[in-house]
Parts: sequence; C-alpha cells; structure tokens
Amino acid sequence: MGNMDIINAIVLLLNYIFIPALTYGSQLALGAIFVTLIYGILRFANFATGDMMSFGTMVTILFTWYFQSLGISLGVLPTALLAIPFAIIFMILYMLSIDKFVFKYYRTNKSPPVQLAMVSIGVMFVTQAVVRIIIGPSDRRFFDGEKFIIKAREFKEMTGLNEGLALKSTQVLTIFVTIVLVSLLFWFLNKTKTGKSMKAYSDNEDLALLSGIDPKRIVMITWIIAGILATIGGALYGLDKSFKPFTYFNNMLPIFAAAIVGGIGNPFGAFLGGYVIAFSEIFLTYAYKKFFMYILPESMEPESLVQLLSTDYKFAVSFSILVVVLLYRPSGIFKGKVL
Amino acid sequence: MRKNLNVIAAYSIMMVLILLVGIFQSWNVALSIFNLCLISAVMTMGANIQWGYAGLINFGIMGYTALGGLAAVLISVDPVQEAWKAGGFDILMSLWLIIVMVLVIRFILKRFEKSKIRTYWIAAIIISGVLLIRFSAEPGIEAIEAVDPAKTGFLGGFGLPIIFSWIVGAFFAGGLAFIVGKVALGLRADYLAIATLLISEIVIAIIKHEDWLTRGVKNVIGLKRPAPYEVDLQSTDWFINLVEKFNSGKLDLISNLSDRQATLNQFVIEGSSVFVKLCYSGLFLVVVIILLILTQKALYSPWGRMMRAIRDNEEAANAMGKNVVKQHLLIFILGSAIVGIAGAMLVTQDGLFTPGSYRPMRYTFLIWVMVIVGGSGNNFGAILGGFVVWFLWIEAAPIALFLINFFTAGIPETNALKAHLIESVPYFRFLMMGLGLLLIMRYRPKGILPEKIEIK
Repeated sequence: MGNMDIINAIVLLLNYIFIPALTYGSQLALGAIFVTLIYGILRFANFATGDMMSFGTMVTILFTWYFQSLGISLGVLPTALLAIPFAIIFMILYMLSIDKFVFKYYRTNKSPPVQLAMVSIGVMFVTQAVVRIIIGPSDRRFFDGEKFIIKAREFKEMTGLNEGLALKSTQVLTIFVTIVLVSLLFWFLNKTKTGKSMKAYSDNEDLALLSGIDPKRIVMITWIIAGILATIGGALYGLDKSFKPFTYFNNMLPIFAAAIVGGIGNPFGAFLGGYVIAFSEIFLTYAYKKFFMYILPESMEPESLVQLLSTDYKFAVSFSILVVVLLYRPSGIFKGKVL
Repeated sequence: MRKNLNVIAAYSIMMVLILLVGIFQSWNVALSIFNLCLISAVMTMGANIQWGYAGLINFGIMGYTALGGLAAVLISVDPVQEAWKAGGFDILMSLWLIIVMVLVIRFILKRFEKSKIRTYWIAAIIISGVLLIRFSAEPGIEAIEAVDPAKTGFLGGFGLPIIFSWIVGAFFAGGLAFIVGKVALGLRADYLAIATLLISEIVIAIIKHEDWLTRGVKNVIGLKRPAPYEVDLQSTDWFINLVEKFNSGKLDLISNLSDRQATLNQFVIEGSSVFVKLCYSGLFLVVVIILLILTQKALYSPWGRMMRAIRDNEEAANAMGKNVVKQHLLIFILGSAIVGIAGAMLVTQDGLFTPGSYRPMRYTFLIWVMVIVGGSGNNFGAILGGFVVWFLWIEAAPIALFLINFFTAGIPETNALKAHLIESVPYFRFLMMGLGLLLIMRYRPKGILPEKIEIK
C-alpha cells in the first residue's frame, strides 16, 4: 500500500471507465443533438435516426474503399477522415430529398407529430433496406492507419506502474472531433443570425414567421446540420468499434435516451445527456474488484467482482435512467421542451 | 351487404393469394404463412384497440409478445426438481423481499405527503433493496444455473398443458402494462412511444439474462404441443387411410406396388405436417374469431363510444365526467393482454422459446406497419393488415427475385451488379414495407379498410 497503488487505481479507472465512457458519450452526444434538432425545429421524434447514421457511415466506407483503391491515404490517420467530407455532401443530398419527397407534405399539411413519427418509421425501413442492399448486413471494419497512440505495454514500461493505459487513436479522434464540431455548432446557433433565427423558430413558430424568418431556409439548414452530425457521429462510432447496420439501428435507443434525459429540443442538454448515459452505463456495469484491491489493505479485499449490475444490462441502465427522468422531471435534466 | 363489399373483396383477394401460394409453392408454406397471419392479426388487434380506439401509442409490443412467450414456457415445461432443491428457497426469499419492498414503498407513499425527503427515502429503499436482493439471491441463482446447464439450468415451469399459457400470457402482459401504464401514460404521444419502446427493451434484457427463470439465450426447446406430433401421425392407421383416400387419384395411376407404397409414404409425410399446421390454424382461428366478436361488441358499445370520445377530444370527455386516466390505463392493459396472447400462441406454434429472436423491427415496428396499413380503428382492417403485411413480408423475397430477373433479363448471370442484387434479395422486404407504409400514409392515411362509425 502506497502512493503507487493509488496511482495504479486511478490509471485503472481512466483506462476502463473514463476514456471509454468519454468516447462512447461523444458518439451518443452527436446523435442526441441530431435527434434534438429535428425535434426542436421539425417537431417530430425521428425513428430513422440510427439508420440515417448508418447510411452516412456506409457512404463514408464506400469513399474510403475508393480512396484506398486509388492508393490515397493519410498515413497515420485513417483514410476515412478524407472520405467524411464527401460522405457529408452525399448524406445532405439524401436528407434533403427525403424531406422533399416525404416529410414536406406532412409539414405543409400541419399533420400531428405522431403522424410524422410514423412516417419516419417508413423512412427507417427504406433506409435500412438501402444500406443492407448496397453494403450488406455484416460487420465491417474500415479503420486503417496507426491504431494506438499509447499501448498498454509501453505505458507500463514508461511509468513502471502495474496498470497499463491504452489510448486508441480513434478515442482521441472521437473526442477531439466532437469538441470541435459541437463548439462550432454552438457558435453557429448562438452567435450567427441564421442560428438565432433557428432558435426563435424552435421556440415559437408563429412569432418567428411574423418576424420574417423564412421557414424553408430554416428547415433546409436543419437537415444540412443533421446530415453533418449523422455522418460524423456514425463514422466515428464505426471507426472506434465497427460498422454493422443492426448495431446502428439499436444505437437509436440510447441516443433517444440521451436526448430526452438532456431535455429534448435543447442541443446543449442533448450534448451533456450523451455523457450522462455513457458514464452511468459504464459506471454501473464495471467490476470494481481490481480497483478495491489497489486502494484497500489486503485484509479487506473483496471476494466478489463488486459489480453493481452485470454488463448484460448495459442498455437497460440507460433506459432505466430515462424512465426515472421521465417520472420526476419530464422536461429533462437541462429543461427542454415540456411535452 | 353493399357497404361491406370492400371488406369482403379485400379478404377474398387475401385468401386467393394464400391459396395461390398453396398451389404454386406448397401447402406447407401456405399454411405456415396463414398461421403466422393469424398470430399477427391477434397482435394487430391488440395494438389497434390501443391506437385505433384510444389513440395511445404502444411501441412496446415486443416486450408483451416476449412475456406471452415466457408464459408458454413457465406453464408447459415440467418443473426441474433438482433446481428447486438447489436454489428454490433463495429465489422464494428474494420474492418475499420484493413484496416487502413494494409494500413498504406503498406505505410511505400513502402515509407521507409528497416531498423531497420522501423521494430520497424511496430511492434509498429501492437501491438498497435491489442490492440486498442481488446479494441474497446470488448463491441460489448460481446453484440453479449449475444444475445440468446443457439441458436445464433453470427452475422449469408447472408442467400444465401449454394452451393454458394463452390465458396466463394475457395476464403477464396485462400486469406489465399496468406498471408501464402507471408510469408512462401521462406522457405525450411521442414520449410515450419512446418510453414504451425502451421499457420493452428492458423486459427483453431481463428475459435474455435471467437464466434461472428463462434459460436466457440458451433457449427452451421441445415445448409440449396442443397438436399431435408428425411422427405419431405417420404411424397411425386412420391418418394413413385418410391420406390414401385424398390422393387415391394419383395413387391409382401407379401400378407397381412398391412404387405405390413409396409414393404413399411421401404423401403421408407431407400430409402429416399439413395436418399439424391445420390443427394450429383451427386453434388460432378460434382465438381470432372470439377476439373479433369481443372487440366488435366493445367498439359499438357505450364503452366504445366513450373511448372514441376520449380519443377525439380528451378535454371534452373529461368535462363530461369520464375518467380519462383510468380508461387509458384500462385500454392499455386490455390491448397489451391481447398481444400477450399472441406471444404465447407464437411460442406454442414454434415449440421453442428463443429470447434472442425478439427484436423491435420484427415485433414492434412491423406490427405497427400492419395496423397503419390495415386501417386503425377498424378491427377488420387491423386483421387484414396483419394478413397483407405478413404475406408480403414472407413473399417479398420471391417477388423481388422475380422482378430483378425480369428487369435484368438481358444482362448475363456473371454481371457483378446482378449477382449482388440477387444476393441481397432478403433485404428487399424492408424496402417493400417502408415504401408500402409511406405510400399508404400519403395516399390512404386511414388504411386499406378505414374506420367507419355507424350511428344507429
């Protein structure tokens, strides 16, 4: 027992809880902002979220393959980074055409939100079919370049600790890109005229229209931002883990949970909601046995795994948080729209 | 008669389609489609009375289906004595703890006024209770799961005929709906949809991972049947005679005696599985007809009128003295119970329970497509939706294959694009469902058979 043990314990938590949760949280946060923007401005729950993200990732993968076949690469960085801008353009076109052919009709008819949500289920089926027909349902990895920034073994040799700290380049990339993207987005929403008019439109549609805001432009910009968020969020998740259409469909659920926990319609809440969900999932399902072995004296070492919930219940954790939030604070932790 | 013409026409077309499958593919395929159409119809009826009668969105259909399936397991499987000996006591103790916990919380809720301190107390009781139960049940659960894990490893059930589970499944699902309804029904429509979807995922997670109760992803196979087994039928005299009589025309053409016997055997094997499926069809048809009569009666009763009034104008109905909250809860339970019946029927037909197979795409969203396409608020429409959508779901692949071959007829087989398309034929069913849903919602938003309210 000494200082070493405490540092070991901290490194252990960093390695297995903090960094993975921060990465996963960033991926959820991007999706949650996407959901929240659509909800705030277009006023419906978009059940096609997961599949739209998988569509964007698919296009990224196709471009990555194309660049790889041309022999273009970014060296230590994944080629996918080069593919993302092209994928975004493609994705925006896809989003705008879906809006034109599907959602616009219901918006102009002022259909109730439920009907739009049902329509989004139709879009979900179609997008899922398109993705599976083009790229297939199987698991795909499209990461290339340098996998680790720090390897666990190197870290141990470097510091002389028992615990290794592995830092994957995709983790750093995810966190970095998320911070940049989200800062840009908040700058856009809070400081530019267009962003402010979007907020006004979200708060009170009639008032916004009276003050001369063009709804068509607002809707178009919303879909463009949504396309950017969906592509980048999906691609980062795929780079970090792997791309599988079914997983993306399932990710819709924690993303929804994050958006609602943060207060739906509130982009900043959604951003934090992603981390709330990710951290609580990992906190509650991590086995703390090794951690306590470091910080407690030998006589008090725990026999069991000291795990609050088995990892099988990872998803269930985030959904339970959502249920609790819905019960006690239906507008979310950070005060979104009251539904 | 005239006003029901579209109903009759729609159902006739559907029956002709299934008959065509029987003639051109095989009667086995046709009957298995028909049976699943009937089960889907029960599910859509459940969703329809929630959505069509009361305007409540329930995206948790998957969870209720799975609970119905669990009922089938718990009713029909013989109890595993060893497991009960190994860990039954611990499980019963945990059950007691849960009951005590619920009672304590109820007591606190009733006794004290709403305040922050009360909320914290309840949260503390729930958390410590869950931890206590987890640690006290742990050894029992491990002991149970260690009992012959390849075959059992769970407590088993009651060893009763599986048909009872159809009723028990309804109670299971209704019970869950009661809890969910108490928690979530106050939410607005899209929130309710998301909340029910996520709660159903929690239910599936529990069923998948509580092996001591459900065997989890190890699946339960070989459930008892309410219908005879094919193998038994194939050696029963009256059945062989029946098959012989049915196919006497074809058999008489064969003069060689051993050839004739071989052909007859072939017919008997085919006939036995058709016969078993017919038994199920009969049972399912009885359920569908009973439910149809009940739901129709309810729809045109004063209660049905009240539900529509609540759906169309909640505030006005409330002002007229109708208890909206109570009625919403009631209809939420009733609809979910019907879905629970369907879940038990499904497991009964398959003879196996596979928790891993419950996915929202198949058991929630597809059912919703059925309700919307068929016509919400109209029971005949909901049933028709179940039939049409399930039929297309199964037949989408052959149809897509046919279309691909038709449009790419000039392209050689070796063409990469054509080969890729043919390889991805199974996924065209999603495309067909999505486009179908979008087209119906756009051009016939009330479904194929729209709701019509007759004022008598």
